[in-house]
Amino acid sequence: MELEAVVHPKANLVMVRGRIDHGSSMAFSELLHPHLENCKKGAPPLVLDFAGVDYVSSAGLRALMIATRFAKNQGGRLGIAEFQPLVREVFGISRFDLVIPCFDTLEAALGELA
Amino acid sequence: MQVLFWGTRGSLPVSLNAEQLRQRLLSVLEVAARLPAGQLDTAIGRAEFVDALPFALRGTYGGQSACVEIRGNGPEHLICDLGSGARGLGNAKLARFGPGTPQTYHIFMSHLHWDHLMGLPFFTPLYIPGNRLIIHGCHAELEAAVRLQMSEPGFPVDFSLVDRQVEFHPMEPGQTYDIAGFQVCAMRQMHGGESYGYRFAQEGKSFVYATDSEHKLDQEEQWAACVDFFREADLIAFDAMYSLAEMVSVKADWGHSSHMIGVELALAARARRLALFHHDPLNDDASLDRLLADSRRFEALSRHRRPPLEVLSAYDGLIVQL
Repeated sequence: MELEAVVHPKANLVMVRGRIDHGSSMAFSELLHPHLENCKKGAPPLVLDFAGVDYVSSAGLRALMIATRFAKNQGGRLGIAEFQPLVREVFGISRFDLVIPCFDTLEAALGELA
Repeated sequence: MQVLFWGTRGSLPVSLNAEQLRQRLLSVLEVAARLPAGQLDTAIGRAEFVDALPFALRGTYGGQSACVEIRGNGPEHLICDLGSGARGLGNAKLARFGPGTPQTYHIFMSHLHWDHLMGLPFFTPLYIPGNRLIIHGCHAELEAAVRLQMSEPGFPVDFSLVDRQVEFHPMEPGQTYDIAGFQVCAMRQMHGGESYGYRFAQEGKSFVYATDSEHKLDQEEQWAACVDFFREADLIAFDAMYSLAEMVSVKADWGHSSHMIGVELALAARARRLALFHHDPLNDDASLDRLLADSRRFEALSRHRRPPLEVLSAYDGLIVQL
């Protein structure tokens, strides 16, 4: 599982790759934390590009919910975009798409969050 | 081994009201109106039509609060919890064996909350001299809670009038007991006031009863212990009360789990079947049908190279042959 920050004029864009499951969710949280610290009031939104994410387990969803709360508490905006279809399905099954802002495309995320 | 579900609802019993039943009948008639002419002219055609309907139209999950029977190769009866489903179970036993043939009932209490104990005063074998009810459990307050429930002003028949039929057997989690031809082991679970899951094994088959249990996703030790307890079980009755989002947010620390956690734990344990159990009273039959479909889909997405897990949704009257 890897995270890579990409320069973008409208957002703090982070490309996420791999699986976020019980074995990797803690590492994901640790890697995400520096980006979350910058996700605060007045800063550009933090957008996680999930095109490279193959699978998310319950532990990964929980890590994402904690991240969303962290950002919200700082007055920041966080969203996830560009899901693989199966991962998007898991968000629907878990009802996390009601908790975390989810977007089909990066453009849609920027249109709403930026 | 057979597992019979007499009560599957969580927290308190529910039933359809008149308007809900009317709406259901209208929905069925709408489907019927689209059938080719003549299909409902025979009894077989009508039965086939009904059997092909979604469960939420042809049946109901129910119903009664938690009560599950386990049938093995011996003459004694095993029961998990005494929710309101225990009334139907008791009546069925009385109809089968009559009042003149004393029976022994082993009852395993997950915990002492109201919804898991409310059926005892309506369990008719309790009132028949000669019957033995052996109540097994891991709570120090087991006997006191049972006595309190059957006392004024909560219930008019005092427990002292029936206590000759009842024995209490304290259990320790982690120890294996030989009870009525089964190997029985308990595991402590996370729930207000604590709850205990039970694993029953006989002749190479095993059933795990694991309700009223929250699973914290950041507690690896609890997760691993649970996988171990569920290991290669033929059937797990699992507390699937909430969506995952509810379980980790607004309903965190409410002591219940999610269907997705059940799928993940059962897959990790290489169990054969998972029965979603302890249904949220907020979920109607259509919601529970969707939850089952979602759970099966999540199983398919999460399985990877592991053996397939059959996912069921328990309903009052379900019988599973292991």
